[in-house]
Amino acid sequence: MKHSFVALKNISHIFSNGFQVVADVSLTISGGEFVALVGRSGVGKSTLLRLMAGLFVPTQGEVMLDNQPAHHTQEPVGLVFQKDNLLPWRTVQGNVHLPLEIQGQSQKSTHQRIITLLDLVGLAGYAHHYPAQLSGGMAQRVALARALVHEPSLLLLDEPFGALDALTREKMGQELLRIWQLLPVTVCMVTHSIPEAVLLADRVLVLNGQPGTITADISIDLPRPRTLEMEGTSEFYGYAAAIRAAIE
Amino acid sequence: MLTRLRRQPSWLTFLLSFLLLLFAWQMVVVWGNYDRFILPGPYDVAQQFKVVWQDGRLPKHTWITFSEVIPGLFIGIAFATPLGYLLSKSPFVARLVSPYLIASQAIPIIAIAPLLTIWVRSTYWSRVLVAVIVVFFPILINVVAGLRSVPVEQYELFHSLRASRWQIFRKLELPAALPILLAGLKVGATLSVIGALVGEFVQPKSEGLGFLLVTARYQFKTDLVFVVIVTLGVMALLLYGVVSLLEWWLLRWQTFAHGRKV
Repeated sequence: MKHSFVALKNISHIFSNGFQVVADVSLTISGGEFVALVGRSGVGKSTLLRLMAGLFVPTQGEVMLDNQPAHHTQEPVGLVFQKDNLLPWRTVQGNVHLPLEIQGQSQKSTHQRIITLLDLVGLAGYAHHYPAQLSGGMAQRVALARALVHEPSLLLLDEPFGALDALTREKMGQELLRIWQLLPVTVCMVTHSIPEAVLLADRVLVLNGQPGTITADISIDLPRPRTLEMEGTSEFYGYAAAIRAAIE
Repeated sequence: MLTRLRRQPSWLTFLLSFLLLLFAWQMVVVWGNYDRFILPGPYDVAQQFKVVWQDGRLPKHTWITFSEVIPGLFIGIAFATPLGYLLSKSPFVARLVSPYLIASQAIPIIAIAPLLTIWVRSTYWSRVLVAVIVVFFPILINVVAGLRSVPVEQYELFHSLRASRWQIFRKLELPAALPILLAGLKVGATLSVIGALVGEFVQPKSEGLGFLLVTARYQFKTDLVFVVIVTLGVMALLLYGVVSLLEWWLLRWQTFAHGRKV
């Protein structure tokens, strides 16, 4: 059971075209925590996520994953985007196998693990389907399975359910919670939906401004397991209103 | 009747259209009352085919041209693919060589080919080289286009999994670029025949189908010209067919990408 944690220290990031996306962002996420990032479009939520994934080297400051600079670590992370981003020439099983293949593990030795994981995301029996044969929600479940198969200590989600219809979205959120509770994984999720952030996260970070910076850090003390019925409670409304007010 | 024809297997449609073409050709010859050396009919051409096939000239020259086309195609691929990869990866290399590459395409191959026969001592390799040059550009362009078609998010996925450069090439870039690459290969395969032919045209002491074509024209053996043209067409079709077969095999997954949903 490895619990890594994320630490961003005074991060500023400027793109090669001179555009500054984020300025002086500091945050820490402890192991096993579920954090949501909310804010308007263009405040640098996705950039922060990519910095945590080690895809960008920050212009200033440092991003630490488990006490190592994120862009140097060889530790793979789990990454899910709004688009399922599946490789269309691979079957569901082939797609989920990819992270293990990159680590040098054969499909034979990992077959059982993949089948178990597909079962966990509710896709038992779809191992040999191609991505084009799946609905949007199913494809996103495969993407989630792919992000978890190598047991990463950090799962980064960039509006993972943004392209799904409202009902599928609610269901996927619940399933994500269920999986998160089963696995020792730290989650950081970018979302545009305030109710989704409140329902899923332990903490909601609000980004504002241009360049973006964190202006509010709101702990959600709703009990777990969280259910959709909680959305009707006054506590839930209180958190949602506080987050809404924090977004300028 | 047309709807019924549309439902026929494709080989039957082809056969019907081919017979129709032969018939129309024969009609033009008969009505126009053309001399054989102006426009031979299909029957004359078939007879001439029999003659040059039996005296061994057609197999010999066809084989020579074919033996230029195949190395031309493969050498073209072997040079265009790595350069295309470099071009798409390095903006510096792209800035450096792109202007020359594009400018070179404005010069017709027929203008360079005689030079090559002067510079390359081997008559065989000078003809292969013309085929290489003709094949090179369309393949290069398609390698670059194929690599550019890989979505940024998929690169990010591979980087987040800490994939090596080789793994990214092998498991992402190659399969993602393959559909566009194969389309380029189809163009290249048919162009390689033209390249070899041009190479044969410009050599004073030559051989191959290009040579046979030129001599037949000088001797007003128009039916032989037709035989060569048809042979060239068949050769290009065969090469195209092989690439199509390869495409069908390598892109089997695409059959699932169209239509059928669960």
